[in-house]
Amino acid sequence: MLELGYFLQQCLNGLSLGMLYGLIALGYTMVYGIVGMINFAHGEIFMISAFLAFLAFVGLQDAGVMSITLCVLGMFLFSMAITAVYGYALEAVAYKPLRSAPRLAPLITAIGMSILFQNFVQLTQGAQVKALPPLLTGTNVLGMFDHFAVTLSDTQIVLFISTVVTAVVLYAVIHKTPLGRAQRACAQDAKMASLLGISVNRVIAITFMMGAVGAAVAGVMVTLYYGVLDFYMGFLVGMKAFTAAVLGGIGSLEGALLGGVLLGLIETLWSAYFGADYKNVAAFGVLIFVLMVRPSGLLGRPTLEKV
Amino acid sequence: MRSFLPPRLLASPCAKILGWTLVAAVLFFPFFVLQAVDQNGVMSLAAFTYRPYLLAVFGVFLALCGVFFLPAPLRALGQSCPDFAVSDVQKKGLQVLLVVGLLILPLVSNRAELDLATVVLLSIALAWGMTIVVGYAGLLDLGYIAFYAVGAYAYALLSTGYGVSFWAALPLCALLPAVLAFLVGFPILRLRGDYFAIVTLGFAEIVRTLLINAQSITGGPNGVAEIPRPTLFGWGAADLDERMMMLYVLALAWAAVVYGLMRRLRVLPLGRAWEALREDEIAARSLGVNVHRMKLSAHVIGAMIAGICGAFFAAKQGFVSPESFTFLDTAFLLAMVVLGGMGSPWGVALAAILIVALPEVSRSFADYRMLFFGMVMVLVMIFRPGGFATARRPSVLYKPASGEQPS
Repeated sequence: MLELGYFLQQCLNGLSLGMLYGLIALGYTMVYGIVGMINFAHGEIFMISAFLAFLAFVGLQDAGVMSITLCVLGMFLFSMAITAVYGYALEAVAYKPLRSAPRLAPLITAIGMSILFQNFVQLTQGAQVKALPPLLTGTNVLGMFDHFAVTLSDTQIVLFISTVVTAVVLYAVIHKTPLGRAQRACAQDAKMASLLGISVNRVIAITFMMGAVGAAVAGVMVTLYYGVLDFYMGFLVGMKAFTAAVLGGIGSLEGALLGGVLLGLIETLWSAYFGADYKNVAAFGVLIFVLMVRPSGLLGRPTLEKV
Repeated sequence: MRSFLPPRLLASPCAKILGWTLVAAVLFFPFFVLQAVDQNGVMSLAAFTYRPYLLAVFGVFLALCGVFFLPAPLRALGQSCPDFAVSDVQKKGLQVLLVVGLLILPLVSNRAELDLATVVLLSIALAWGMTIVVGYAGLLDLGYIAFYAVGAYAYALLSTGYGVSFWAALPLCALLPAVLAFLVGFPILRLRGDYFAIVTLGFAEIVRTLLINAQSITGGPNGVAEIPRPTLFGWGAADLDERMMMLYVLALAWAAVVYGLMRRLRVLPLGRAWEALREDEIAARSLGVNVHRMKLSAHVIGAMIAGICGAFFAAKQGFVSPESFTFLDTAFLLAMVVLGGMGSPWGVALAAILIVALPEVSRSFADYRMLFFGMVMVLVMIFRPGGFATARRPSVLYKPASGEQPS
């Protein structure tokens, strides 16, 4: 089992899974950075985006669109656009009225919205698991190691490219644009930012939409990569992605991606060598260990307590 | 960030309604109108599945959330709702009425009602246990159900595997979760609150995974069946009626014990320290409260209560499986605690009754009940962010000595 080729292949698979986690973790980390709360319904936003991608795919097939590139592009556009609206609506309904409420109140609305989203999708789309034929079927052999061919599938290439593009765009928005400056200002001190003429409500709404777009990229990629979806998939994936965000240091974009990749690698390698039964135990075990050693995550800065 | 329309137009109610109608259309169009159906193995879209009721439900929900119009008058109505303002005499009367009602309930109800009442009482006890952790000490424990699971499995395995009686197993069912809570809490409680939340969440998932996968010990997904029912001095095993009565009495007694414990803890120095650190951790620390030890004690006491509740649950069901201990169950518990008003025992009990009993009562529209449940959770929080019983009454009052004038 300890062959180089097998190991490299598992690393590639782990990297793919990790990028999915990282994409969703971006949403958690951005919202946490600005509002300082866990957006528990983010996993369901991801689930919704995967269903939207699925619907777009089926719709495009029905319409007779044969070009794979067009299909993938259509899925991305449809899912990202509508998921962004979902992110906006989630914030407006569940979080905006509770800005000044006790700390736990938005958490309850988030759980309420999660239940709502799950049952909404279950009611309208049916409870059975949806399966999709693979759209991108090509694989590329990267090299041979002791008669073990290490391959990289086309889906994985699309996943890598879309992750890098999403991360670069988000990074550029946050660090190079006036909007990003407003976001960073709100993250530091929302009250002061509003005194200086920044519309904090609007910045928060846009942040939720950006996070939702990240989740949508992951949702489309899950649809393409695994092709299996059900209305309950958001919970565990969302929890793992949040774990990734905490692992990398919550509030930091690079940390979210790093944490996601680490978590994906741990999970995949653990499954490959020790069996899939306890992969979640391994993932959460690493989280607990990292938090004990480095409470602010791998790339996070220690927070100062303000009185 | 300039918008292209004049701000006065954007702020008008008409624009708001129009905008949100548009948003709602975008949200619901794909899911309402399009549905992927399997036709001989090939997926295709069945367009225009018309669902007027669901659409109406969502319209009302969005309207109540206040996205269409200014919710201020409505919300003020919710917040000015009398806070169960009852005088002490009325309170005593209500309590006597409640106790008498609970005592004569088994004599007047049928089996199904008695069973539901037992479930409700156990849920109330469990929610009260969580209130100590979340409401008193302010620790967001998202893995509380794990301790419940450990208690339930401890009794299930001890009784089926080793023939240990219920009463002999009970101390172990409390001890085991307490030790686990100590081991998990000790390193993690030094960290900020949100990290505690995520670690407990992960811990619950670990426990559930272990329960599912350690097949040789826990029976895996099939769980443990044929758990013996508890008896007291030979009473409680004769027939079904006697057994159910026994379980009801046990649940009632246990709920009463937890209630007493809660009331006592709240006025003890321990409870005051919890409240202090919930309100302001830094201030509490500078006043000499050992924050870490106080948090740990709340966590461990909460886990013990959950463990015993678990043993009662296993004894009542006669069957345990990992299915009963998912995150959704923690979410329901948390909803009881927060909807009930974070630390008010009667508010939590009311919320527990609503959350446990309502889905049972509303089985007729089973498909929609979870959807309604989610909506109600959101709406209650929007209209009463502090829960049903919002008043934070000071738990310690300055009583002027006789002769001294109250200022």
